[in-house]
Amino acid sequence: MIEGIGVFDVLVVSTAMFFIGIYGFLVRKNLITILMSIELVLNSVNINFVVFNKYLYPDLLQGYMFALFAIGIAAAEAAVAIAIILNVFRKMKGIDVEHVDTMKY
Amino acid sequence: MDRLSLLVLVPALTMVIIAMFKDPKKVRLIAAVGMGVQLIQILFLLFAFFAERNAGNTSEMLFVTDVVWYQSLNIHYAVGIDGISVAMLLLTGIIVFVGVFASWEIEDRTQEFFITLILLATGVFGFFISLDLFTLFMFYELAVIPMYLLIGIWGSGPKEYSAMKLTLMLMGASALLLVGILGIYFNSAPDGGQLTFNFIEISKVNMPMEAQMFFFPLTFIGFGVLAAMYPFHTWSPDGHASAPTAVSMLHAGVLMKLGGYGALRIAIMLMPDAAHEMAWFFIILAVIGSVYGALGAVAQKDLKYINAYSSVSHLGLILFAALMFNQVAYEGAVLQMISHGLITALFFALIGMIYSRTHTRNIDEMGGLMKVMPVLGVAYMVAGFASLGLPGFSAFVAEMTIFVGSFQNTDLFTRVATVLVVSSIVITAVYILRAAGIMLYGPIKNKKFEMLPDARWYDKVAVFILIGVITGIGMFPGWLSNMIFTDLTPMFERMGN
Amino acid sequence: MQTELFSNTVWILVVLFFAFAIVGLFGNRLKPMLSGAISTVAILFSAVISYTTAYFYFFQDGMINGKYAMLIPFQHEWLKFSDTLVINMGIMIDPISVMMLVVVTTVSAMVHIYSFGYMKGEIGFERYYAFLSLFSFSMLGLVMSTNLFQMYIFWELVGVSSYLLIGFYYKKPSAVNASKKAFIVTRFADLGFLVGILLLSFYTRTFDFTTLLGPDSTAISSMAGLSFMGVSTISWVMILIFMGGAGKSAMFPLHIWLPDAMEGPTPVSALIHAATMVVAGVYLVARLFSIYIGAPEALAVIAFIGAFTSLFAAIIAVTQTDIKRVLAFSTISQIGYMMLALGVSGYGGEEGLGFMASMFHLFTHAMFKALLFLGAGAVIHAVHSNYMTEMGGLRKYLPITHITFLIAALAISGIPPFAGFFSKDEILVAAWANNPLYFWTEWFVAGLTAFYMFRLYFSVFWGENRNYEKKPHEAPVSMLIALVYLGIASAVVGFIPFSQFVTSDGIPFDIHFHWNIALPSIGIALVGIGIAAWMYLKPGNVADKMATSMPGVYKLSLNKFYIDEIYLWITHKIIFKGIAAPIAWFDRHVVDGSMNGIAWVTQQVSGRTKKLQSGQLQQYGYAMVLGAVAFVLLLLYWGAR
Repeated sequence: MIEGIGVFDVLVVSTAMFFIGIYGFLVRKNLITILMSIELVLNSVNINFVVFNKYLYPDLLQGYMFALFAIGIAAAEAAVAIAIILNVFRKMKGIDVEHVDTMKY
Repeated sequence: MDRLSLLVLVPALTMVIIAMFKDPKKVRLIAAVGMGVQLIQILFLLFAFFAERNAGNTSEMLFVTDVVWYQSLNIHYAVGIDGISVAMLLLTGIIVFVGVFASWEIEDRTQEFFITLILLATGVFGFFISLDLFTLFMFYELAVIPMYLLIGIWGSGPKEYSAMKLTLMLMGASALLLVGILGIYFNSAPDGGQLTFNFIEISKVNMPMEAQMFFFPLTFIGFGVLAAMYPFHTWSPDGHASAPTAVSMLHAGVLMKLGGYGALRIAIMLMPDAAHEMAWFFIILAVIGSVYGALGAVAQKDLKYINAYSSVSHLGLILFAALMFNQVAYEGAVLQMISHGLITALFFALIGMIYSRTHTRNIDEMGGLMKVMPVLGVAYMVAGFASLGLPGFSAFVAEMTIFVGSFQNTDLFTRVATVLVVSSIVITAVYILRAAGIMLYGPIKNKKFEMLPDARWYDKVAVFILIGVITGIGMFPGWLSNMIFTDLTPMFERMGN
Repeated sequence: MQTELFSNTVWILVVLFFAFAIVGLFGNRLKPMLSGAISTVAILFSAVISYTTAYFYFFQDGMINGKYAMLIPFQHEWLKFSDTLVINMGIMIDPISVMMLVVVTTVSAMVHIYSFGYMKGEIGFERYYAFLSLFSFSMLGLVMSTNLFQMYIFWELVGVSSYLLIGFYYKKPSAVNASKKAFIVTRFADLGFLVGILLLSFYTRTFDFTTLLGPDSTAISSMAGLSFMGVSTISWVMILIFMGGAGKSAMFPLHIWLPDAMEGPTPVSALIHAATMVVAGVYLVARLFSIYIGAPEALAVIAFIGAFTSLFAAIIAVTQTDIKRVLAFSTISQIGYMMLALGVSGYGGEEGLGFMASMFHLFTHAMFKALLFLGAGAVIHAVHSNYMTEMGGLRKYLPITHITFLIAALAISGIPPFAGFFSKDEILVAAWANNPLYFWTEWFVAGLTAFYMFRLYFSVFWGENRNYEKKPHEAPVSMLIALVYLGIASAVVGFIPFSQFVTSDGIPFDIHFHWNIALPSIGIALVGIGIAAWMYLKPGNVADKMATSMPGVYKLSLNKFYIDEIYLWITHKIIFKGIAAPIAWFDRHVVDGSMNGIAWVTQQVSGRTKKLQSGQLQQYGYAMVLGAVAFVLLLLYWGAR
């Protein structure tokens, strides 16, 4: 427990982060920026896990464990994403997401 | 290996052997030998069948083999034959064999052609021996799908369009059929017990009426589309016209009979109560098909279209007879399946031979061909007379049996429908004689045709075998009609309950 | 004893069928004369068997208990529909079938012999004889049928033989059209026949003649009391069956095929379209007569149509210029007589006079009509034209033909002692007994008959001498044999006491000579001959003047009352253009169009929906988010319920 800060307050932050991330994913043009937005979403979920664990189930550790896993996977996923973006850049000399559309009808 | 499964194995083996050779001459030879072996096998089967029946074996299906295939859904590989299926097998065997000879002149991708053709035949053979609905459906699909390749690659005219239309319409019918079959399956044990796909078992059970009313139309229409039931017959004229000769022969002669056989054996036999209720609607469609098909043929100029509409008309008779719920009429329906199969195969073979010589199918561009190609001309006249139901040929036997059977129903609606259907024999005479008159008689229209060759040896083999069988059945119908009639009795005894 | 002897008749059919098969399949490899010989030997053999059968039947073994019995020496099951409805193939020996055996084999044999001369050197000689054998086989099978369906089968075969023979000169478009017309008109008639058979068999539960016929048959009783739209069912059935007979026998309005059938070789016209096939309809009514007695409405229809047709055809025959057409319409007219006689007949003894008269006339008519046609053939052969207007004075060049033709003309006009007088007389007696109107009509037709016949005779054999390019020569021996034989027959057969042999119930009866009928009939015939002589024997254009003075009637007659044109209009404008072509169009554009339409709709929908797969990442993301939100809301909503 942290003095003076309730669950709700932290959840507000993480929810804000979540929706900002989603907004960014849907709206931004630059692939790197989209990647950053995805990171925001992942991190918001991590905050949620930690807060629930600390405030609601203090004697358990599952939440922390899950958060650690999520961080690791986020890192791996970021690496893969960067690799994809690098290849896209080499092919198309730009990383505007609207141009990456060859797999269509 | 049971002798019925050999009927599927021999063609499969033929395909495999053909796959090893590329030379057209060798391929044809293997195909001819393979299908010849198949035909001989079927003849032996016919004799064995008669021997069994004469020895007093009255079980409904003979030579039955039943192997569990997929336990949890109770799907079996079940095969067996009775008089009706053996007659259909005979028809198929003859036409496939003759079809090989009618395809003797195919030079382009001969190996692939024969493989696909025999694949189609395998599907048909399998269909007729199946006792399990699932197996039956599997073979049905196996028979229908190669049509797409056969017409689309080796066809003529707007072949891609025709192939696409044919396959899509038949696939649509298969979809309905699958729903119907599953419906039957899920209602196959209304008193508890295990669900089954075996239609002999199912026919002994009374399916609940609501289920029947829902699934009968689906199944009947599903099979009916293949049997060129109005208004879903339009794949037939274009399909036949664009298809190569042997494919038309097989398709009109055999494949369309899968529809008739299925409508009779599965739709009506398994769901007779619904069939009785809904018969009036389908009778109307059958009558329209018969008369309208014949009238449509009158206006055609292309030989293949005339024959295609003629097939629609004659197949309408089969569906009509199937809705009469009368053992004599059903016998007539089976006889008509056989008779029409042979006659239409003969027609398509002849049309193919004429086309390969004159390079036109338009009767207005031909004339006086009887003088130029007497053997083909006489064969065409024989086919024409057979088709319009002249006594001495099989169609007379079939049609008269249908008419006599249909007349046993006394209600005014059926009587009027029967009279209309009988009147189609007059219209048939009109278009047959008209086409023959324009094409074969009169002065020779195109000077270039004067030097055309008459039938070659492989043409003669095809034509004479078919004429021989058509005349044989026409003059000595007793054995065939008795065999079919007797084997229809169990079905009728059940339907009477 | 009887059965064994009469079972020889089955050989008639076997031999003729084999003659057809051999000549048909191998004829082009044999010498033409050999093919002709095979066929001719076959028919002569059949004729011998027929004559001996007739002798033994009528004079020795046929009569059982005072009645000529219906014997069945041979029968075999052919096709079984149900336990009672079975088609058997069999041979029946009874008065009318034996009579027909004699008629058909005689005329056919004469035609076979005649054709050696007439068809000599023609292409297709073997094919001709093969078809003649086929026809003889079919016709004889028809008359000897034991079973209604068997009769129908041979009926159809006769129709096909006729088609093949009319269309023999298949390079000529007119012949091709004529053969097609004949087949289709008779097929249309056969439709009625078939429906009649189906209905009859539904009630009587059998096709077999021995069960159907006879005074105590079940046929009438099984349909007793039933009626449909005010007319008894049995009458409907018998009228439908008559429709088939009317087609084959060229009764109005189904007569149109017969004049055109003259496109065939003349011996064919003699055999098929004068003496044998066209009387099949009469034979059918005669065969089923014991059922027709129970259907008086049907008999009334038959009588009316017979009388009307005989008058109608005779009027047309008066103006025709093609010899064969005159004879064709004459045939139609005479068959009208036969139908009328049946229509006015009763059953049993004197009541059945009409029946006896009809059969008698069938017999005599076959002889003299065949003779007329064969004689016409000799004339055409000599002059190379069919038209009376191009002939004249031929009696000098063709003496034997002339004499035999004259005998036949006198016979058909009803002048004693030639055959036609006796048979026509009996018909007139029967007609008078039933309805005087029929009598007066047929009396008038007799006069017309004499008139047009002698118009033909005088125009061809008398009249001015024309300058023929090639001197017409008398017919060869083979043709003369036939002419002479038939000439003798036409002179003599009138004296056969027919009522001792062929009657409605098999029991012979005596006929009396009615002078009050005979004298008027001879009288009107002489009047007809006289007018013809006055118009055509003298030089000068009396005929043309008469024609121009009655232009309307003349034109109607000459153009056969425009019936052919009406039929052509109906078939072309209405059936082809009005029905068949629209159906084909409808099928292609509407029915098929809807299938294509379904495909088009599928394509359109696909075209719109594929836009969802735009390749745009963020659009996919949008879809996922919306979906997820919707899903959550749904869960909440359901959870709250």
